[in-house]
Amino acid sequence: MSFSVPASLEAELDELTTHYPVQRSASLMFLHALQEHFGYISKDAVEWTARKLGLQPINVYELVTFYPMFRQEPLGKTHIKVCRTLSCSLAGSAELRERFCTRLGLDPHAHASQTTPDGQFTVEFVECLASCGTAPVVLVNEDLHHKVGTAEADAILKQGQKA
Amino acid sequence: MPEPFKLILKNLDEPGFTPDIGCYQRHGGYEALKRALAMPARDLPDGKKLSPQEALREDVKASGLRGRGGAGFSAGLKWSFVDRRSGKPIYLICNADESEPGTFKDRQILHKDPHQLIEGMILSCWANDVKLAYIYIRGEMPVAAKLLNQALKEARAAGFLGKNILGTGYDLEIHVHRGAGAYICGEETGLIESLEGKRAYPRIKPPYFPAVLGLYMCPTIVNNVETLCHVKHIVLMGPTEYAKLGTPNNTGTRIVSLSGDVQKPGYYEIQVGRVTLGELIFDPNFGGGLKPGRTLKAIIPGGSSSKVLKAGEVFKLNRKGADGQMTKVDVSLLDLPYDFDSLQQAGTMSGSSAVIVLDDSRSMVQTLGNLSEFYAHESCGQCTPCREGALWLSKATHRLCNGEGRKADADYLTHIAQNIQGRTICAFGEAAAWPVLSFVKKFRDEFEAQGAADEAAQAKSPGTSSPKSSDPHSAAGSLQTH
Repeated sequence: MSFSVPASLEAELDELTTHYPVQRSASLMFLHALQEHFGYISKDAVEWTARKLGLQPINVYELVTFYPMFRQEPLGKTHIKVCRTLSCSLAGSAELRERFCTRLGLDPHAHASQTTPDGQFTVEFVECLASCGTAPVVLVNEDLHHKVGTAEADAILKQGQKA
Repeated sequence: MPEPFKLILKNLDEPGFTPDIGCYQRHGGYEALKRALAMPARDLPDGKKLSPQEALREDVKASGLRGRGGAGFSAGLKWSFVDRRSGKPIYLICNADESEPGTFKDRQILHKDPHQLIEGMILSCWANDVKLAYIYIRGEMPVAAKLLNQALKEARAAGFLGKNILGTGYDLEIHVHRGAGAYICGEETGLIESLEGKRAYPRIKPPYFPAVLGLYMCPTIVNNVETLCHVKHIVLMGPTEYAKLGTPNNTGTRIVSLSGDVQKPGYYEIQVGRVTLGELIFDPNFGGGLKPGRTLKAIIPGGSSSKVLKAGEVFKLNRKGADGQMTKVDVSLLDLPYDFDSLQQAGTMSGSSAVIVLDDSRSMVQTLGNLSEFYAHESCGQCTPCREGALWLSKATHRLCNGEGRKADADYLTHIAQNIQGRTICAFGEAAAWPVLSFVKKFRDEFEAQGAADEAAQAKSPGTSSPKSSDPHSAAGSLQTH
């Protein structure tokens, strides 16, 4: 299947470039929008962005490899980001992540982010999500869940099964 | 009894307060902007005249406002460094990349009271002749980014933003720009590079600071969310009244993010320096004390990068006596006023005003292991001491966390950290080194005991390593000692 960006999305991105006096500035916002639409940043998306903004592909690719939020392969429909950093860790986020992994049949000891074979879930350990007062926190797609205990963790998984 | 003081947080947690412009205006929103834009030129005693914009810049300086993002630098002074003669456009960027571990104050403003930030930004832009400004927001705050875009739309429709604001002929546009998960974007020159569409590699400074060569090599102001909100209140209160809040040289209010081992973690606004660390942790109006049966072990007082303070420490602080003479007085940890200067004199910093409390159940070795992994992950990789050193620090602490430590590791960690700090392009080097230096110095016995115990265990059964060792994330390597 060839890579194509829907006209409405392209119009949205064209509008974005008007926010900046230098087109290159729009590249992060382009990548966010393309990742949201396609689920990940493909080589084609990198080249398309470079063409649109008058850049070399490497100028865009080096962003994809630098910024942790950009990914080069599709993820699960429900993306569970468990905060790893101190305040959440003090509140049991390591145990929480293990619970997610174990429940989903993923390796609780693996370091990197993992996706279930059916493509429903990705579990990732991330750095501080800036909500340390309600630790442990979990970002599920765009929604932040506070003070996540075992009951809420299981509810997140149940919700994700339906996605 | 010390009380919270709500200036920035006045409305946002009130029942029925919503982030839309109608609600904001019903609570007096945009009155400061209307007042400032209608200000006449100010006559000075020496016969000179200050334009209304210059007058606001002077007021911010006179208010004593210090940056709320981490460095605590005078906001008015930062504005005064802006090169206004270059003929180039001046940009203003709101740093909403809140990511210092322990900090969650800007999150509250962005989600619940976005117009307060926008009004503060418009005022700051107007005072500095800025026509184009950006809010650089953390990628992990997609909901807040949408709320901000909606709020900007509302402000535009109401004539507070866009062309000819309130009929004064002043034009300003503000756009939201999302980061993508890199801590280093909180560093202002890294942020600028990122906003230019590049990797967030911080720039070498001096000689050039953003005030002279910033975004697109134009003069640029970068201010924290909370700092910009304060500008609105300086307009409303006047600099003299504003400066009566807080304490001399530490004026105004600050939102403290309190987390870790306290009964009531949360965000508390205080008059700077009018509440002590002990009150923040133990007073029922704030943290409400430790968990039952626990005693205090340590406090990380200003975000994870600040040097740790140990329970029972006593510091020598400068105090002005009744006769105006400076004398040194002993101040114990819990009696430290929570402000910029006192914490600096105690050898640490108030940083982003994030207080993380550790009780006696915590292992300092494991806690440092957690923090060092953060810095190893977040080093941008531009300069060698930090890229390699932060990783070494993380590896050495994990060795100690997983039964493979050595007695010499305490010295090893100190040695590496000393070779990072002061040798990097940006302050990330210090941020990675300071926790290590302070943890090892103040809790040396724990690090040495762990290393010695690991060595003894390895001597007993050479060649075997702990099953935990392959997994730095294991819950088995938990932060609990007992």
